[in-house]
Amino acid sequence: MDQEKLIVSKIKKGIVIDHIPAGKALKVLKILGITGYTDYRLAIVMNVPSNKLGMKDIIKIENKILDKRELELISLVAPTATINIIEDYKVVEKYKVKLPRVIKGVLRCPNPMCITNKPDEVAETIFVLRKLDPVVLECKYCGTLIKGDEIEHNLSIQ
Amino acid sequence: MSLRNRDLISILDLSRNEIEELFRKADQMNKFLQEKKTLNTLSGKIISLVFLEPSTRTMYSFQSATYRLGGKTLVFASKTTTSLAKGENIADTIRMMSAYSDLIVIRSPYDGTALYASMISSVPVINAGDGKHEHPTQALIDLYTIYKLKGRIDGLTIGVLGDLKYARTIASLLYGLSLFSPRKVYLISPGNLTLRESVRAKIDDLGLEYEEVRDIRQVIGELDILYVTRIQRERYPDPEEYERVKNAFKITEKLLENAKPGLKILHPLPKLDEIDKSIDNTDYAAYFYQASLGIPLRMALLASILG
Ligand SMILES: [Zn+2]
Repeated sequence: MDQEKLIVSKIKKGIVIDHIPAGKALKVLKILGITGYTDYRLAIVMNVPSNKLGMKDIIKIENKILDKRELELISLVAPTATINIIEDYKVVEKYKVKLPRVIKGVLRCPNPMCITNKPDEVAETIFVLRKLDPVVLECKYCGTLIKGDEIEHNLSIQ
Repeated sequence: MSLRNRDLISILDLSRNEIEELFRKADQMNKFLQEKKTLNTLSGKIISLVFLEPSTRTMYSFQSATYRLGGKTLVFASKTTTSLAKGENIADTIRMMSAYSDLIVIRSPYDGTALYASMISSVPVINAGDGKHEHPTQALIDLYTIYKLKGRIDGLTIGVLGDLKYARTIASLLYGLSLFSPRKVYLISPGNLTLRESVRAKIDDLGLEYEEVRDIRQVIGELDILYVTRIQRERYPDPEEYERVKNAFKITEKLLENAKPGLKILHPLPKLDEIDKSIDNTDYAAYFYQASLGIPLRMALLASILG
C-alpha cells in the first residue's frame, strides 16, 4: 500500500477499482465508456505488486459515481476486481464485482449468421450468464456460447 | 397455462403438459379434417406468413392450416435468400405485418430472427425456422408422430441420424425429447457433423439420456424410432469423401434386416437418396404419415394461440 501512495495520493470522493489483473486497466476503462476526454480526475496505476494476483492494476476515479450495473460489466475482463466507494477519504463500501445474469450490448455474437450481426437491423446483443467459473455466456438470440478468452475478443467496444 | 397470445420461438417455451395438450387438440383437428367439417375458429383473423427464404412445404402447411380454420393469410416472401442481403430490413417488415395481421409466422436464414421479430411485433410470433437455430413446429410434428405411432415417447430408444450440426430440425427435436423421458437417444453422424456445442450444452443441462455413435449398424437393432436427416453435398468439398460418408449413413433394406420389429423411420422431408426408395412402401416408412400430421398440429397451434 505504501508503494501505491507514492504513485497516487488518496482521493476524497469517488471510486477505486482494485485487483484488476495486470494489463487489463485500459480494457476496464473501455467497458466503462471512459475516454481520455473527461472532466473528472482519473488515475491509472499499472503493474503494482499484489499478494493475491502477483501483479495488478488499479484505477481511481475522483468525483464520479458509476452505477452498480455499469461496474458489474468490468468482470467480463477483470473478474477479480474489487470496487471501493470512497467518501471523505474513507472506504464506505467495498465489494467484489459480479457478472449480471443478463448483459445487453457490450459484446458481439461470434456467429456470423446471428440476427445481431445482420447489417441494417437494430438488434442489440443480449447474453445470458449460463455458468460462472469459468464464465459461459449464451446469446439469447441464436444460442451461441462464448467463454474464456472469447469473451474479451468479442467486446463490441474497441 | 394457456397458449393464448403467446409466442412460439423455441420448443422450450412449452412445457410437457402444453405439448400433450397440443397433441390432444391435433387429434380433434384430425377428426374434423376426416369428417370434412368446416371450422371457423380463425374466422375474421389474418395470419402473416413472412418467409425470408423459400420453404414451400412449411409455408403451404401454415397456409392450409389457416384456411382449414376459416382464417386468411398474407404472404410476404423473399424469392431468394440473397434479396435479403441487399438491405431488406426485417424490423420494418415485422412492424408492417404486425399492423396488418393477428399473428406472424416467420421463416428466416438468420439464427435468432424469431426472437428478434417477437420483440418488435405487437402480435404473437411463431418461429417457422430461424437459420440453424430452431424449428419448433417441425419438432412438435415429429414428437406428435412418435406419440401417435407408439402411444408414448417415454421409454423409447430413438436414433437421430445425419447432419446433426446444421440440420434445421435437430436442435428443437432434441430439446423437445428432453421434455419427455426416452430410454436413450442415439446421435448418429459423421465426426464432422456432430451436434453444435451450444446444443450439446443445453441437452446436458436438460438431462437428456444420449450417446453418440459413428455407425448406424451398431445400434439399428435397438431402435424404436429412427429419425433421418439429409447429409448435404455442400458440407463436403471433396466428392469422394461425400460419397463415402453418404453411403455409411444410408438407410437400406439390408440395414433394416437387423432392425427391431416395429421400427418406424421418420424424416422431415424433402428427402433425396438418404433412404432407399424401396423402403417407402414398407411398414418402416412413417415419413409420409409424419408429413400428413403437419396440418392438424399447426391447426392446433394456431387455434390455441388465437382461438
Ligand atoms: Zn447470436
